[in-house]
Formats: sequence, structure tokens, C-alpha cells
Amino acid sequence: MKPAPFDYQRPATVEEAAKILAQSAGGKVLAGGQSLIPLLNLRLSFPELLVDINRIPDLDYIVEDAGVVRVGALVRQSTFGDSFLVQSKVPLAAQGVSHVGHYVTRNQGTVAGSLAHSDSRGELPVALVALGGSVSVVSEEGQRDIEAADLFVTDFTTSISETEIIVESSWPVGGSEWGFAFSEFALRHGDYALAMIAVAIHVVDGVVDQATIVAGSVADRPLFLEEASRHLLGRRPDEDVFSSCREAAVAAVDPADDIHATGEYKQHLMGVLVDAALRSAWKDSTGEAHG
Amino acid sequence: MAEITVTVNGRAHTESVEPRLLLSDFLRHRLGLTGTHVGCEHGVCGSCTVLVDGRAVRSCLTLAIQVDGREVATVESLASIDGLHPLQESFKKNFALQCGFCTPGILMAVCDFVGRRTDPSREEIAEMLSGHLCRCTGYTSIIEAIYEFSRHDAGGGAT
Ligand code: FES
Ligand code: FES
Repeated sequence: MKPAPFDYQRPATVEEAAKILAQSAGGKVLAGGQSLIPLLNLRLSFPELLVDINRIPDLDYIVEDAGVVRVGALVRQSTFGDSFLVQSKVPLAAQGVSHVGHYVTRNQGTVAGSLAHSDSRGELPVALVALGGSVSVVSEEGQRDIEAADLFVTDFTTSISETEIIVESSWPVGGSEWGFAFSEFALRHGDYALAMIAVAIHVVDGVVDQATIVAGSVADRPLFLEEASRHLLGRRPDEDVFSSCREAAVAAVDPADDIHATGEYKQHLMGVLVDAALRSAWKDSTGEAHG
Repeated sequence: MAEITVTVNGRAHTESVEPRLLLSDFLRHRLGLTGTHVGCEHGVCGSCTVLVDGRAVRSCLTLAIQVDGREVATVESLASIDGLHPLQESFKKNFALQCGFCTPGILMAVCDFVGRRTDPSREEIAEMLSGHLCRCTGYTSIIEAIYEFSRHDAGGGAT
């Protein structure tokens, strides 16, 4: 199908974009368009105005700064995933983005757009929550930061207002004492995952002292598995620890049935993925190659 | 309506477009370049893939107005008067197409892919191909065609 008619503006600066959004009711930001344009084509969305930010200079950067990797709003998912800085400093995000869409859609789709879209089956929201990252948004009123934990409200809904634009996402850097792993299961590569897991653990003297396990695709937004994460604290992971984390993760989710799988199956998958991701994160923290 | 100027396969075109006009429809209906195919119009099948400034994109997920001032290359840019492009030759030699519906999109994606991945493995090629639906070949011959091309013509892209 074809999109319904809309007006189109292509501002040259963030300030101009913010002004246009403030003056229009129901304007939508167009960045990579890989989620928005399908919605327009399918007529699931009828914005009156698209504000195309693709020609705004200075939003296409990846830099490390004070313990975070800062990523401009126009950085494409492929650039992000191929970036040596991202691969070496935020490997969890690099692993996550490799599952987003397909080779060609990652050329256009942006990191910020994927966060703003807030699809509960999106990999980047799960990775951002697991790392405790944030986004910076700008409106006519000025700039503010939103922590990942406060950003994703529910499916396709964030705490960003209609007059705000994401200008940057920030991805905390983990040192060598951190271990990361991302794992997911999809029926076909590039399809939406039935379940996904991101793990970040901090290990001191062979003992875990910080742990974050976040699940995706099994709730209306990235789900922090608090209980499962707690089972790791103060422990050197062994078979007992893996199995109690696994049980806690399974108990914490209650995914719905859909045409692809029953909720029960997805719950089972959650256990399998948590187990695999924890082992791989543990190996990563001890300096061994990814399992 | 807005006026845009786009260079397509080396030729500049100036046209008036509605903002909602998709690049795929612009190429097919305005310029008559029907080599770019349209399967799903929501980014899933890959048959509409073209190059914009050298990067492969879905033309069904791009508005024509967005490529104002940009360079677009479609499958029509590959073959010359002297014959097929080496990538097309490799597809022919390896029986990598049957009905050919999926082929233009795959060819254009490969032009981008081989420029950015040196000596891709069959697994990497399969991962890239996961964004392209082919209902005929079963993919094996396509993987072989791309594999062979990538070994012989690593720098080969659209002209
Ligand atoms: S028509 Fe564009 S991806 Fe299917
Ligand atoms: S050759 Fe027929 S769809 Fe691929």
C-alpha cells in the first residue's frame, strides 16, 4: 500500500526541527524510516507532517567521552555495528544490533530511531537498559536526559514527548572486569525474536558484584529480571548459580501466546537463553573468547 | 508538490513529486525503470533494493523526496552495451535465478556488500541474504554465485 498524504519539512538544524515540531500538532520525526515508513505504507499511522532530520549536520558521530560512548541521532545501525569503538567498548550493543532487521535495513535504520520506536521486540532498547544508558532529547524548552529505565513505557510508547527529538544516545563503557552477552531466538534470522536476553556482570576477584539481566520480547518493554540478577551477587557462578538464575528468570516472565509460539514455550526459551547468556558473559569476564 | 533533482544511473532527472511518493514508485512509474521490483512494500522481501550514494537501501522504505540531490543506482546500471556485469555473469553461470523477481534487489545489495566485506564466508553471505526472499531457487545457488563473484571481483560495484 501507499502512505496517506502528509506534509514534509527538512530542517537544517536541530533548533529548527524543534520549532517545527512545537508549532505542528502531530508531526513525526523521520530519521532512517525503517520502522516509520512501513507503518505509513500499511496505513497504521497517519501523521500530518514528517520532519526529516537526515540533512541536519553534526548528528552523525560516535565518540568516547567520560566513560560512555556517545552516538549521534543519525548514526545508522550498520555504522554502529561495524564501529571498532562500539565493538570494543560496548560489545553488548554491537552483539544486539547484529540482530536488528537485515543487512540493507541496517544501512538506513538509525540507533536512535530504534530506541524511539520502542518496539518490545527491539534489541537496542534491551541492550540500553542492560547497560544503564540514556538518551538526550531536545525541544524548544531545551535539552534533557532520560535514563533507559525511564524511557520505555510500553510497546511503541516512550517518555519522549511529541515535541522532543532524540539527539544522542549514551552507552556506558565496560572495562575488562565486565562480562557481557546477548542471546536471542528467532524462527528465521532477522525475524522478530521470540525471546531475547542481555546480560552485564561485573566481576571482582572471581565474584560477581554487579549483575543486570534484561529480557526482551516477553513483555511490553525491556524487563529487568531483578530476582535472577540478585542470585548472581556475591557468587562465583557455578552450576547451582546458573540453575537458580534460570529458574528465577522463568518464574519472572509470563509471555502471551501468539501464532508463532505458546507463552509456555517462550518461558522455556527464556530459561535456555539465560543459561547460555550467563555462561557466555562469565567467560567474557574471565577474558575467554565468547562461547 | 515539491521539485526534486535526482541522479539515477548517471543521469540527472528533475521531477515534481508529492512527499508521499515512494522511491520505488518514482523509479518505476516516473522514470520507467521497472528493473526495480516491488514485492511487499514494507521492507521484508528485499526486491526493491537500490543504491543511494553507494549504500544499499530499500526503495519502498525511502521517499523520493528524501533522495533529492542524491545519486541512485538501479539494476539497469549493471549491464553495459558490451554485456553483463561480472556479478550478473556469476548468477547466470551458477543458475542463481529462475523467475528473476528477487534478482535485481539481491544484485544491488551485493554491490554494497562486497565493497564492505572482504572475502565474505558463505555464512556471512547467508546472513546478508536473510533480507531477501526468493521463492524459486532455495538460495544455495545464489550463495555460490555471490561467493564466486566476491573472490574474483572484490571491488565490483555498480557503475
Ligand atoms: S518491496 Fe521493498 S522490501 Fe519488499
Ligand atoms: S528467482 Fe524467483 S523469486 Fe528468486
